[in-house]
Amino acid sequence: MATPVRNTLLVTPERLGVLLLLIVAYGVIPVIGTGYLFDAILTPFLALSLAAVGLNILTGYAGQVSLGSAAFLAVGAFAAFNFNLRVPGLPFVVSIVLAGLTAAAIGIVFGLPSLRLRGFYLAVSTLAAQFFVQWALTKFSWFSNDNPSGVIDAPPLTLAGFAFTGPIGRYLFSLTIVVVITFAVTRLIRSQTGRNFVAVRDHETAARVIGVPVLGTKLVAFGISSFIIGVAGVLWAFAYLRTVETGGFNIDRSFQILFIIIIGGLASLRGAFLGAAFIVVFPLILSRTGAALFGGVFDSGVLEMSQRIGIGALIILFLILEPRGLSALVDRVWDWVRPRRAAALGGATPRSFFIRKLQPKGRT
Amino acid sequence: MFDYQFFLEVLIGGLLSGIMYSLVALGFVLIYKTSGVLNFAQGSMLLFAALTFVSLVERGVPFWGAFAATLGVMVLLGVAVERTILRPLVNQPPITLFMATLGLSYVIEGVAQLLWGTQVHGLDLGIEDSPFEVYGVLISQFDLFAAAVAGSLVAAFSLFFRYTRIGLAFRAVADDQYAALAVGLRLPRVWAIVWTAAGVVALVAGLLWGARLGVQFSLSLVVLKALPVLVLGGFDSIAGAIVGGLLIGAIEKLSEVYIGPYFGGGIEGWAAYVVALGFLLIRPAGLFGQKLVERA
Repeated sequence: MATPVRNTLLVTPERLGVLLLLIVAYGVIPVIGTGYLFDAILTPFLALSLAAVGLNILTGYAGQVSLGSAAFLAVGAFAAFNFNLRVPGLPFVVSIVLAGLTAAAIGIVFGLPSLRLRGFYLAVSTLAAQFFVQWALTKFSWFSNDNPSGVIDAPPLTLAGFAFTGPIGRYLFSLTIVVVITFAVTRLIRSQTGRNFVAVRDHETAARVIGVPVLGTKLVAFGISSFIIGVAGVLWAFAYLRTVETGGFNIDRSFQILFIIIIGGLASLRGAFLGAAFIVVFPLILSRTGAALFGGVFDSGVLEMSQRIGIGALIILFLILEPRGLSALVDRVWDWVRPRRAAALGGATPRSFFIRKLQPKGRT
Repeated sequence: MFDYQFFLEVLIGGLLSGIMYSLVALGFVLIYKTSGVLNFAQGSMLLFAALTFVSLVERGVPFWGAFAATLGVMVLLGVAVERTILRPLVNQPPITLFMATLGLSYVIEGVAQLLWGTQVHGLDLGIEDSPFEVYGVLISQFDLFAAAVAGSLVAAFSLFFRYTRIGLAFRAVADDQYAALAVGLRLPRVWAIVWTAAGVVALVAGLLWGARLGVQFSLSLVVLKALPVLVLGGFDSIAGAIVGGLLIGAIEKLSEVYIGPYFGGGIEGWAAYVVALGFLLIRPAGLFGQKLVERA
């Protein structure tokens, strides 16, 4: 196992890349983008990315597979809505944080089985969260403020007295939250807690032997992951859909987020973004090419089914061909473009510290 | 006053619907026992089988002809899955294989509905879904028929596992894959046969569920009903699937009738999960999990 390499340089290619991305995201895209680009692609992309970052902490880093992510999206969205509605004068940022904390609390409750269960049994038990939350939110109309249709308009987004309206405003609002949380997570995964996650994932008994508090670490992973997914839920409902409803937070959404981190690459933050971009753009590309190739035959029903087939096949392909996802694919392309980088670091890039569970045995 | 007759009726209704869950769970257990894979695609295989059968019947193919043709399709599917998914992913962590079956379920659902359309099909097996009375308790004829089918299927599989060469190979593979390989068993063949068997179970379960609910997309969601059964019974025990199914069926109906009203109803969706989870916190191996060495 390679030892972690602390990069002492202030300016590294990676940091430069992130800086460049931020400049483009804040400076260039708002100028050149259209309303369609923001509302239909970028805002959902940001919300899904954030959810994937959250799930990645739990599944990618801490190794606990969850099939109930959409439940925490829903908890976040409804909690933010209710805090906003029932506590007058509460700044929206505070509602977001409180929504995240609510999701975290519920996440910890549904994470309790992880203390006794592993693998499939745990994955199945997370489905309980999915069904229970969806049932509770539709059953008790208090959550949706006794709104008969169950579909509520979301209030406007304000941050420090500044209202974010219009497609660009909602995009910038989401972007800011995603950037802040993602930076916090990059710190987290290099902290003691983050190392504990990886230790628990790679070998629970060994982790216990070297003094990692296994049970506490699992619950912390559930808590942090649910917090982030809860905030992502706020973005999804308030910035993207602009309505709060339970319908969109079904089990398919949970699978979608899981697919994002498989396609993007487990235990990789960059992977969460790559995977989310792929999941958002793939259906659009498919519908365009389908319409161009087959014309009228390619109606919405056929499109939906081809999407299912395409996504499913891609999942299988990625698991077989590149279990570390798009993230590893990008790495490989980059090494191919600039072979000196890998050689100069002796192959011990900072990322290689994380042994990936999904790495194929006997293959390099 | 406590109405015993009503209680009994709910209980029996629950037990009989539980058998239907067992039938779905059985397909899971077969595959899990021999390859250690939790096959999430079982539900979509069920949908695929039922859709194929119904569409053939609607196109004028006689009952047994359609049954045979669908059986053939399920065999092909089993072999194809072994070739394209299991073989390249051999020796991977179980959770990877689970995610692959998640992908597979999307593919099968998509293909099934692309081929046969998304509308709801009625399916008539020629058994009336009318209740009759036994000592003042109403029992559905269809439920009884389903229970009989499930029972004989389980008996057949138990005998098969016990007395045939292939059954012996199954048990060997389930015990220890490496040892099985070492004595010369061909794992790919065993897996292909197991997936085929699971396909057959899916076909039977699909027909029964399809006759009850109509053949449509939501049929693939019965997989979610079967999961608590598996958790309760243990993933690798046929007996567990049966007992778990009965328990979950009974608990679901009883809790819906007696506890549900306090929550405003509709608790069927998650009550089974909560019960299964509560149980697991006490006994992580499930009712008949591997620790008890309970093998059919």
